[in-house]
Amino acid sequence: MRGGAALLVRLLRNPIAAERIGPEAWSEVIAAARAESLLGSLASRLGGMPLPAKLGALLDDARRDAERARVQALWEAEMARRALARLEVPVVLLKGTAYVAAGLSAGVGRSIGDLDILVPHHRLQAVQAALIDAGWEWVKEDGYDDLYYRRWMHELPPLIHRERDRMIDVHHTILPLTARRRPSAAALIAASERLGNGLRVLAPADMIVHAAAHLFADGDLAGGLRNLWDIDRLVRDFGARQGFWTELEQRARLHQLLGPVARSLRLSAALYGTSVDIALAGPARLSDRMYIRRLLARDGWGRATRPAVRLAFYIRSHWLRMPPLLLARHLWVKARR
Amino acid sequence: MRHNLHLQIGPASFRIGSAWAAPIRALSALYQDYPQAELPCDFTVRLEPQKPWRRWLRPSVSIAGDYVLPGAAPLPLEHGLLAAEMGMNLQMALGQKRLLLLHAATVERGGRALVMTGESGAGKSTLAALLGESGWRLLGDEFALLDPDTGLLHPFPRAVSLKNGAIAVLEGKVAADRFGPLLVGTPKGHIRHLRPNREAIERAREPARPALILFPRFGADLPEAVRGVGAAEAFVRLTQASTNYGHLGLRGFEALTRLVTQTEARAIDYHQTATALRLVETLWAEDAA
Amino acid sequence: MAGPRYTADPPGAMPTVELNGLTALFHVRSGMTHILAAPAPQILALLAEGPTTRETILARLTDRFAVESEGDVLELLEARLSELENAGLVWRS
Repeated sequence: MRGGAALLVRLLRNPIAAERIGPEAWSEVIAAARAESLLGSLASRLGGMPLPAKLGALLDDARRDAERARVQALWEAEMARRALARLEVPVVLLKGTAYVAAGLSAGVGRSIGDLDILVPHHRLQAVQAALIDAGWEWVKEDGYDDLYYRRWMHELPPLIHRERDRMIDVHHTILPLTARRRPSAAALIAASERLGNGLRVLAPADMIVHAAAHLFADGDLAGGLRNLWDIDRLVRDFGARQGFWTELEQRARLHQLLGPVARSLRLSAALYGTSVDIALAGPARLSDRMYIRRLLARDGWGRATRPAVRLAFYIRSHWLRMPPLLLARHLWVKARR
Repeated sequence: MRHNLHLQIGPASFRIGSAWAAPIRALSALYQDYPQAELPCDFTVRLEPQKPWRRWLRPSVSIAGDYVLPGAAPLPLEHGLLAAEMGMNLQMALGQKRLLLLHAATVERGGRALVMTGESGAGKSTLAALLGESGWRLLGDEFALLDPDTGLLHPFPRAVSLKNGAIAVLEGKVAADRFGPLLVGTPKGHIRHLRPNREAIERAREPARPALILFPRFGADLPEAVRGVGAAEAFVRLTQASTNYGHLGLRGFEALTRLVTQTEARAIDYHQTATALRLVETLWAEDAA
Repeated sequence: MAGPRYTADPPGAMPTVELNGLTALFHVRSGMTHILAAPAPQILALLAEGPTTRETILARLTDRFAVESEGDVLELLEARLSELENAGLVWRS
């Protein structure tokens, strides 16, 4: 079987398939996994399986690296907690950091980049001031981008810590204000759950809604396979809970994200074999196939493939973030630089 | 990637793919005596055109792979070999996470290793290459790999990258078939790659115990000088010389503190290669005593 | 008036190695390495005993470690504590 994303997905879904993969194909799987930020997750899936020594050593390295990423992510969260403690504002961890903080399977082997937090919109100024006081500073100095960010985006302009060199993204909602769909930040925060140290994470259903929002309504599907893997893991962790699917549907409707949630369930089932509620996922659509083509557009050398599909999704992602007039103005200003 | 090659260099293996045949041919020739690569390869390097038409029109090579440096400028096709070497460097610098990686030139004699590290342009590659041709075994001219579990240094005997004046010096000492092509007009001037000798290649899986750390400094007018370097200073300078210290966590901390507390460190200033070589031999003899 | 109480991780979570007069410290929780000069390692050792106010730290420092107690020592101590807080090694409880 050809290497690349397709083989990677097959292995994640069914680790037993590892027994039939030769050394050349492994090189391809690893290159694709690195490009999709899924090597740690793959290493976790294959943990405990009898594998050739060289491959085993490579995966050991990946597991160890994921552990380091976990320590680093939790530390950034802790430093943010210390900086914001006196404000008594709810600080909700998002994405990778939330998964490891809550000990979820979506956090196992995950590569984690910046720290993402969600805070109430009316406390943004105070949060910003406290972070800057504690050593974070703005990444970009540009005035236009700053205005754009503050007016339309769902987060503050990016901040980076002066000494630790790590970024923090402070969200006040989970989709840009220019997007068609308007999730309820207040509801997300109200339903969030408190961790032992006082930081918070989204309620399970909201985690999936957020992951789906991030996957479809915000981005051009870059990193999509990993996002979808998060969703697969979250559904496995929570899907068996009493009343979960009803809850998920309710929250998806509340946040106006029913379509993206349904699609993410269908795609997760198609690629990763996730058990999903058929009623909520809905029947397969023709467009699902194009999403799958985009998600699997990675070859055994780690190269991005299928340029036409990629371009289509790239344009679409801007369309979703911005009404046409605003998009034209934004692109014009950027082009002038 | 139609043209490709696998390389095993010390403990690391590379899969190098290229849109053009020439860089792969040059790599094959330069690394002709190296052992078969162990699969799956540790790292993937890709030499590819930035835009599809740049494959033929003023062909230029973009360096890509598992790890990339965003915004890196592509190189012209005639410097494709250099692009491949830079690509391998990049994968090691950003992707090596098991062994502590130090920017250093290392040579070994009698089972003990000399580690030369410090700023670029101090001539470490040249010194290592010369020592490698006069009784020392070359472990590597670019990266030293410290094993946190054993405290030993693993060889990484890549082709030595000789620049400008150093090329002629080594051409005078080494057989012509060990050199790669002369690359003219690179961002660093003239470059010529030198394949390490048979011994270095054959013993590429034999680690060595570090015995002396040297911080050489080169300056045309610099008077000869030798200075002791304390453990704290050595520690800080070595963390600065490492791209992956932070990735190794407690193991890295223990390995590096052990290295600086158990190994002598010296700084030397020199203005002539011969001086540096003499100082090395003197300090080595002192240390052995 | 009692000021804030400072806390640090226990010594087991911060292995150290002496390097000719300075202390190299690995902070397990953050994965970061720090190079410390006196009285920072001594302050951390004191805080290992439990959350402590500034004044108590100063008293114990002069007492146990023969740290000089002249000039505006409290101000100097605050500066050191502030550095340790920024580094994440100390925080206020």
